[in-house]
Amino acid sequence: MSDKLEERSGMDYLQTLPRRWITLYIPMLVFLVVLLFPFYWMAMTAFKPNEELVSRATNPFWIVSPTLAHFEKLLFRTDYPQWMWNTIVVSVVSTFASLAASVLAAYAIERLRFRGAKQTGLAIFLAYLVPPSILFIPLAAIVVQLGLFDTRWALILTYPTFLIPFCTWLLMGYFRSIPFELEECALIDGATRWQILVKIILPLAVPGLISAGIFAFTLSWNEFIYALTFVSSSETKTVPVGVVTELVEGDVYHWGSLMAGALLGSLPVAVLYSFFVEYYVSGMTGAVKE
Amino acid sequence: MSVSRFFDNRNTLGALFLLPAAALLLVFLTYPLGLGTWLGFTNAKIGRAGEWIGLENFQFLFGDAVARLSLFNTLFYTLVASVFKFVLGLWLALLLNKSLPFKAVLRAVVLLPFIVPTALSALAFWWLYDAQFSVLSWTLAKMGLIDSYINFLGDPWLARLSTIAANIWRGVPFVAITLLAGLQTISPSLYEAAALDGATEWQKFWHVTLPMLTPIIAVVMTFSVLFTFTDFQLIYVLTRGGPLNATHLMATLSFQRAILGGALGEGAALATAMVPFLLAAITFSYFGLQRRAWQQGGADK
Repeated sequence: MSDKLEERSGMDYLQTLPRRWITLYIPMLVFLVVLLFPFYWMAMTAFKPNEELVSRATNPFWIVSPTLAHFEKLLFRTDYPQWMWNTIVVSVVSTFASLAASVLAAYAIERLRFRGAKQTGLAIFLAYLVPPSILFIPLAAIVVQLGLFDTRWALILTYPTFLIPFCTWLLMGYFRSIPFELEECALIDGATRWQILVKIILPLAVPGLISAGIFAFTLSWNEFIYALTFVSSSETKTVPVGVVTELVEGDVYHWGSLMAGALLGSLPVAVLYSFFVEYYVSGMTGAVKE
Repeated sequence: MSVSRFFDNRNTLGALFLLPAAALLLVFLTYPLGLGTWLGFTNAKIGRAGEWIGLENFQFLFGDAVARLSLFNTLFYTLVASVFKFVLGLWLALLLNKSLPFKAVLRAVVLLPFIVPTALSALAFWWLYDAQFSVLSWTLAKMGLIDSYINFLGDPWLARLSTIAANIWRGVPFVAITLLAGLQTISPSLYEAAALDGATEWQKFWHVTLPMLTPIIAVVMTFSVLFTFTDFQLIYVLTRGGPLNATHLMATLSFQRAILGGALGEGAALATAMVPFLLAAITFSYFGLQRRAWQQGGADK
């Protein structure tokens, strides 16, 4: 890829510097400022004392006397740590469960070529397109019937409905790129399909597994409508739902602690993302491309 | 036939491997999809099984001003947001495809709005749109452009546009990064050939970039339309459908009717009414893909 980029930039010397500023640097700067400003504002608000938040006199873009009061309130006087724990448990369990189910399904569809494999692959893709906003009402009824309402299990069992189709679809693409010959050699040497999957395919598909895992984890961490509908008591809520529903008390908005909650809740996915940017991007584009 | 050989049979093993995924999807996806459609034709309430009432829910919703408004809002929201997401996303992708300092960092940072939980970034927008303490109003007032603070979420049309702006902010990175991946697959030799023929920058964009990008644009925009049409979180956090139901989308209204109001049947009917639109979007994508096959010399499917 770097080759291609160098070739592309090869003709850029034809552009004069002022022109580059107008057509490239300034628009890019505007995009950056707009895209990042809400995060800057989140952080500013989270560390700002209340008097400064409601003052129109001081410059709102800076903090005169930073405070940790909002974080203190969040961590010690709300259920925030519990929401964090719930989100971690739900995201980790549903991600790993979905990944395991998806590896098996993708291998079966892509490599075992059983009767109806093609149709199954298509069905998986269609399942990927079903949006949660048309499923949450009947799912709520099912969750209640199964006695799972207001438990973490309600979320752990329903998140795979969007994770499995996504992961399977992505992994199918990865498995397709692994040469058949490797498998044939192993078959001739007497390996079983299970051995082939564990010892040959999976080690080769590690980048795909990471992509799918990272993306699935982010999707479950960010999930909102199921968590809002299937859980009602504060101790079972996830971070996004807890912050939105529990921290807003009446008409007085505690912007400081709200933004502190938003910041802390965004941090884990942002950090994870920063370590695996390439995997994340290839997961996102791979899932759209096929 | 030994046991291990039995398990090596394609069909047996295929079924076995597919079992966990299929079981979960059948119970929690296929069944609710059917149940949801059925509920739409019943008068089910929370805690009470419904009876079949035919098209009554749909007839009621059709006559209901709020439901009709929510349909209008959803279409308006989807149309305006998608157009802006496409134009701005394509523009950003083209910028990122040029040689820039700190390119990798820029690309990573740009995607942040898409990574972070929407409900939480929506809270930041809620604060930015605050009627009394909005920093946007503060800045405009300091610049002398406005006299009184803007009531971003208090006026119907302003609220519509404000929520759309937040949606665009969240969606542009997704469109930009996926289109960037498409741009990087276009061979530079095409641009060189165009340059030799004396093509201007604009002609290169119009006659090389855009046609080569069409297939991926079709897919990306289908996904984008799908997400936007079924959006829930942004509206729920920013306005809960207000003021005067001006920002209610079909998804938020169905949540309000079914979960908060207890009218499961009516809510399910509203959700079911979204399906034809989604199918239209998917069909659109399908034809986009077909065009790709044709462009790359493949046979029509």
